[in-house]
This record gives sequence, structure tokens and C-alpha cells, in this order.
Amino acid sequence: MSRNARAVGDSSPFVLAELMAWIKALGPYRWASNRLRSRGMTGRTAVISVPYLWLSLFFLVPFLIVFKISVSDIRLGMPPYDPLITWASAQVMELKVNLGNYAFLWEDALYRNAYANSILTAGISTILCLLIGYPMAYGIARSKPSWRNLLLLLVMLPFWTSFLLRVYAWIGILKNNGLINNLLMSMGVIDEPIVMLQTNFAVYLGIVYSYLPFMVLPLYTAIEKLDLTLLEAAADLGCRPVKAFFKITAPLTKGGIVAGSMLVFIPAVGEFVIPALLGGPGSLMIGRVLWEEFFNNRSWPIASAVAIAMLVVLVFPIWILQRVQGREMGAHR
Amino acid sequence: MNQKRSFFVLTMMAFGFAFLYIPILSLIVYSFNASRLVTVWGGFSTKWYVALMHNEAVKDAAWLSFRIATMNATGATVLGTLAGLALARFGRFRSRSLLAGLTTAPLVMPEVITGLSMLLLFVAMEQLFGWPDGRGITTITIAHITFSMAYVTVVVQSRLATLDESLEEAAMDLGARPAKVFFLITLPIIMPAILAGWLLAFTLSWDDLVITSFVNGPGSSTLPVLIFSKMRLGVSPDINALATVLVLIVTVGIVTAGLLMARQQKRRELDVQQAIAGNQ
Repeated sequence: MSRNARAVGDSSPFVLAELMAWIKALGPYRWASNRLRSRGMTGRTAVISVPYLWLSLFFLVPFLIVFKISVSDIRLGMPPYDPLITWASAQVMELKVNLGNYAFLWEDALYRNAYANSILTAGISTILCLLIGYPMAYGIARSKPSWRNLLLLLVMLPFWTSFLLRVYAWIGILKNNGLINNLLMSMGVIDEPIVMLQTNFAVYLGIVYSYLPFMVLPLYTAIEKLDLTLLEAAADLGCRPVKAFFKITAPLTKGGIVAGSMLVFIPAVGEFVIPALLGGPGSLMIGRVLWEEFFNNRSWPIASAVAIAMLVVLVFPIWILQRVQGREMGAHR
Repeated sequence: MNQKRSFFVLTMMAFGFAFLYIPILSLIVYSFNASRLVTVWGGFSTKWYVALMHNEAVKDAAWLSFRIATMNATGATVLGTLAGLALARFGRFRSRSLLAGLTTAPLVMPEVITGLSMLLLFVAMEQLFGWPDGRGITTITIAHITFSMAYVTVVVQSRLATLDESLEEAAMDLGARPAKVFFLITLPIIMPAILAGWLLAFTLSWDDLVITSFVNGPGSSTLPVLIFSKMRLGVSPDINALATVLVLIVTVGIVTAGLLMARQQKRRELDVQQAIAGNQ
């Protein structure tokens, strides 16, 4: 017995198992577990309900509160919004829903532009990410097995180091007396520095750079599973590699392409740090608008309305991601 | 033709990896620059590291970040493992798709939305129950656990999905109760995934700026919050020095963890072989 158990793991689980047995021998444990079981509450239910309760309380309920505050009146003071429900007398309850915050967002060109610009920026960055990430994932999946893990680790490693500092590194590279301009000027290619920092270009670059691992990993998983004999068969039948790629490889790795694109697109729409550090006044994005409404203008109802409107834009991409991932997980089983 | 394509793929790979690493390398190189103008080389110097060692604000913020990240990683690992277990092993239970949705959504949810909604929840709770009393280390930890447990769930769930269920079924056939099966069979096998999840949750918390900015209070500036406020004033060489130290710690940590896991994996395989040989 001991040898077989050792084959599976270390001795530490034994300590846990002994501890469990000891706890179970106690009277209160028996009493509680019998009471719970008689109400249909088993260990299984407990395992499900603990993360469930946590996420409901700290993830689901907050959205309801955001929604509530987005239809509240703005008020000076703390907290800076009016209650929705007031009691005019003991029996009369007044419910006041103010859609003015949404109307305000809709009418002001600043917010409309910020939304349009966010979606455009996230879309362009996602496509660039896919164009760089696909060949990388393909190359990793087709390299020797002994190399694969190392290359994957190299893709992941930047993700483990501070996101903030990696975005900051680009300031030093892109600014007027930064690395690229210094290099080009010393080589005599240009006479004046090219303005790159505080442009849309810098924001695309920052997003592609920060989210590239999220694109490469699902693509790698999809490409690695691809049956190579299909490509051989296509080649035998006279299909050119480029055509074979679009007819076979791309459709069969569609799941990875969609998952990677959504993993980049969705957070990029609401990105704050990258446009704040690398973008200029022209590259207004919705995450930055929300931040400024909240921290600079202290307008909680408007910030909440901005958040809800952003969620409405993102519900569809999140739903797609959910479906793709559900299918991937289903395929494993 | 085949040769040509592989040349294209290799070029793109080289470009991709250069793109990922050149910014980090430039951070490290310029941290040894004597000049205050970060990108104009003024000779080799380690003075920014000396300045960093005497910077009490940075040290305090790093210690606070470390404590929050440790508490967060532990909480997120417990909750994430439970959620991963439920999603991968319990088949179709009622409201499974809601739980799946609740664990995927925080992964991609823009941080400004998560941060704002968490803050508004804390404010509402304080009004209703008087808890949490003000904002600080507790609220930051709760917010971090909520978004980083999703990552642990994904790691654990995908490990369980590729794991052969027959071992667990065999233990169950031999009369082991579900809890015993979990602690004796499942947990040791998925331990590497759980450790990876813990490290991931630690890093996510250690790095987080946006959500922390919403839910922190006066006097609870974590390291990213401090760094960001310095960055808004422009590039400065002591940030480079700090960045180099952090990159170094992460690299050493990841490489050590990778080596340890590889060694344990090898030992386990050896044990399995011995067990098989012993039974024959």
C-alpha cells in the first residue's frame, strides 16, 4: 500500500488524511455533517457553493450596484449620488430612476468618440496581435518537442514581470530622444526625431506588446492538436502550402484564433494604463474616460453609466469567448 | 516552397521574441546609466541602486504589496481549486454554466469596470453593515482574490480535464470516500497546477495597479500605485533600477519553480516505474 501511494505523491497527503480522520472523529463534526446531510447538503454542494457565493457577492452583486448608481442622481457629498428609493411617508415609496446619465453620454460627442476610438484601437491591435502571434505559435508548435517548453516559457516570462514596467519601457524607446530616434539619428537616416510617443501608433504597439502572450497560448494549443497527415494528404494531392494553410490549418485552428482574439480584444477596449502612459490627447479611450470621471470629476453616476455602456459593448465578445472555451473544455473530456 | 515558408516562420519567431525582450533589456541596460536623462548614455553607474536601497517609501510599498499578494494567492488558490474541481469533475449540475461564466468573466473584464464595481460594493456594504470600515489592505485583498481566482480556476480545470479519471474511479471502487480520494489521489497529482496557480495569483496581485487604485485607501499605496505616480512625472532612472530588481527576482523565481517541478515530475515517474517493477 505504502509503495503504491508513494508512487502517486509525497507523504504530505497522509498527514492531511490523518488530520481529516481526527476531525471526523470529533462529536461536533458528526453532528454538523449529519444535520447538513439530512438537508441534502453534501461535500459536493459545499465545493460548488463556496466559490459560487464568493463570486456572486464580489463579482455579480457589484454590477447590480453599478447599474443602480448609473441611474441615480448626482449629488454633492459622500457618497455622491442620491438613493433610488425614498420613503415619502410610512406607506408611500418613491422610486426615482434617472436615465439622464445615459442621455448625457449619448449626446456628448466626447463619450461617443471615446467609445468608437476604443473599439477601433482594440480591433486594430487585435489584428496586429494575430498577425504576429500566429506565425510565432505555429513556429513553436512545429519545433522540436525539447524546444517547445522552453519557447513557451519565453513567451510567458514577460507576462510574469510587471505589466506597468514593461509599458514604461516603451516610453524610453519611443520618445523624441529615446532609443529608436537616437539610433536613427546617429546613423544619419533622419535629421529630426520622429514623433512616436503620445500617438495612436504607440497605443497599438503597447497593446500588442502587452497582450501577445494571450494570443500565442490559445493559438499554440490549437495548432499543436492539428493532425499533420491532413497537410501531407493535401500536398500529395497537389495543394500549394499557402492554399493548404487557408483551406486546412486556418479553419481547423479557428477555435484558437477566436479565443486568442477575444482574450486580446475585450480587455483592450477598457485599457487604461497603456493609453494613459503611451497615448496622447488624441487617443482618448473609454477606460481613461471612466478613470477621469471617477477620480478627477468625482462623478460616480456618470462613471457607472460609462461602465455599464462599456459592458453592453462587451457582452457579445464575452459570450463568444465563453462558447469557444466551453467547446474546448468539452473536447478534452 | 516548404523551405521558404519555414524561413518566414523563423523570421517571424525571431521578430516576435525580439519584440518581447528588447524593451525589458533596454530597461536593464539604462538602469546602469549615470545620466539622469534615462536614454542618453552618461557612463556606467550603480548609484540608482544605492538610491533605491535608501528609499523607505519604496520599501514600505513593496512590503505591503508582498503581504497582500501572499494573502491573495492563498485565498485565490483555495477558491480557484474548488471552482476548477466543480467545473471539471461534477458533470452537469444546476447553474453550472453560471459558475463557468462567473469564473471566465473576471479574466477578460476590463480592470476599470471591476475596480469601480468592487469599490461601489464596499461603499454600499459599509453603509449597510458598517463593514469594511474604510478601505485598505482588506478591501484590496478581497478585490484581488476575486479577479485572480479565475486564473487559478482555469489552470486547475484544464489540468483536471487532461487527467485520467480512472485513478480516482479505482480508488472509489476500493471504497475510498470522495474527500479521501481528493486528498490522497487528486490533490497530489494536480499539485504542480495548484502551485502554478498560486504563483500566477501572486504575480497578478503584485502587479495590479488599476483595481488597487479604486479600492485602496489613504496610506495603503502598493508598489504599482507608487511606481505609477512616479511615472506620471516622467521617466526616471530609479524606476529602471527597481524594474531590473523585479525582473531579476521573477526570472530567478520562475526558473527555480520550473526546475523544482521538472525534478519532482522525474522523481514521480521513477516512483511509478519502481512500483510497477515491484508488483511484477
